[in-house]
Amino acid sequence: MGYSGFKVIKEGLFGQKGWKPVWRNPDPKPEYDVIIIGGGGHGLSTAYYLAKEHGITNVAVLEKGYLGGGNVGRNTTIVRANYLLPGNSEFYSHSLKLWEGMEQDLNYNTMMSQRGVMNLCHSDGQRDMFARRANAMVNQGDDAELLTPEQVRAEAPMIDFDNVRFPIYGGLMHRRGGTARHDAVAWGYARGADQRGVDLIQNCEVTGIDVEGGVVRGVQTSRGAIRAKKVAIVVAGRSSQVAQMAGMRLPIESHVLQAFVSEGLKPIMPGVISFGMGHFYISQSDKGGLVFGGDLDFYASYAARGNLPMKEHVMDAAMTLMPSIGKARVLRSWGGIMDMSPDGSPIIDRTQTEGLFLNCGWCYGGFKAVPGSGFSYAHLIAKGEHHAPAARYRLDRFRTGAGLMDEEGTGSQHNLH
Amino acid sequence: MRLPCPICGDRDRREFYYQGHAGMLDRPARDADPQAWNNYLHFRENPAGETRDLWHHEAGCGAWIVVTRNTVTHEVSGSVLAEKST
Repeated sequence: MGYSGFKVIKEGLFGQKGWKPVWRNPDPKPEYDVIIIGGGGHGLSTAYYLAKEHGITNVAVLEKGYLGGGNVGRNTTIVRANYLLPGNSEFYSHSLKLWEGMEQDLNYNTMMSQRGVMNLCHSDGQRDMFARRANAMVNQGDDAELLTPEQVRAEAPMIDFDNVRFPIYGGLMHRRGGTARHDAVAWGYARGADQRGVDLIQNCEVTGIDVEGGVVRGVQTSRGAIRAKKVAIVVAGRSSQVAQMAGMRLPIESHVLQAFVSEGLKPIMPGVISFGMGHFYISQSDKGGLVFGGDLDFYASYAARGNLPMKEHVMDAAMTLMPSIGKARVLRSWGGIMDMSPDGSPIIDRTQTEGLFLNCGWCYGGFKAVPGSGFSYAHLIAKGEHHAPAARYRLDRFRTGAGLMDEEGTGSQHNLH
Repeated sequence: MRLPCPICGDRDRREFYYQGHAGMLDRPARDADPQAWNNYLHFRENPAGETRDLWHHEAGCGAWIVVTRNTVTHEVSGSVLAEKST
């Protein structure tokens, strides 16, 4: 069933009775070619690209809860390709191109809106750093503009230009960045994968990974044992627990990141804006809610709820950047479990167990990576070779020290990225 | 969240700096195998449940402490001075 404007009008005329469930709800088969552990954005896009790009359709996605119920269903929906370092630069560039073609590719409205991402700078040094980053982005083939304070004012007149402590020195504008409808991305990939024959199995928790003689044989689940030739882990904040089932210890520490949504307001934000002094970023959803967030809570946590000091810090930063936000009321906030890696960059690689693959370490940047991560992971699983844009996301870079991608230059402490 | 400092008693979380898992205290020997250093610097147990981690009472007495707490419930069950924990 394809979606179109015509279909919407027709259903409107006939009482909306023609809509059908978008994916099947199959029972697990005894064996698959590929099992993907994790039915989030990355797992679903991996399944989709395995089927579409490589013709591998005897695939199951095992999800312990419901599809898209983790971080892909609760994030600040920002899409961008404004990275500095080789490795990240080409990967996010590729991912952004997939975002740009996603709606046509999936025949699904993911509400991709390239309304621009603007990072503000507040000192000469920071402006120099942004110039360097902008050059790296342009070299990668993506778009970047350095804005003067006057140009920033023209884009975003509501921010505080009279702040003597944090004056606005300019901005780095990335116009192809923006936001997308997070749930729709998960649903669109789920539908596309299901239509191509992938089994999406919900309420199926993996409880063990079967390895014989260094080769993966399948998984144990809450719905019985399932055999598989290849098993792909992509479970974000729970990576350490799932990898442990195969005897692996990971360079991952799980932390909580909070985000906030205000009541619905008339349009005020032109796009995504990030404050350069203190980690704070904000955009406005199509419903009118201001969507904003800040830094990690700083200590390891699986609680999926945040603490009050970090809420206070985020609100402080919001008030500093745009005092007009002060009368908006916060409608809700939440905390997600982030798989923080030691250099702040992800891992898409094989493991020492033959047929077992690992995709983790997305820190708090996983949403914009959903298409690119699935595309590259599917390539690795299908062909056994790294996909060029993700070829630097190696697990052994921590051991060798070669190719570390520490964008923020904060060293090997997980919570500082 | 309040953390129990063995010297100052229960104090607000904001007085503390979080360093990471208490495994940070088991620093490998200077001439240890590179693999041991790799494990020490990068790899983590990352438990979902009880953990022990290292905090600095930065805005208080300045002590380094090891706090036992639960990463799923945020319950704090005790703390000792880091110098006494090994």
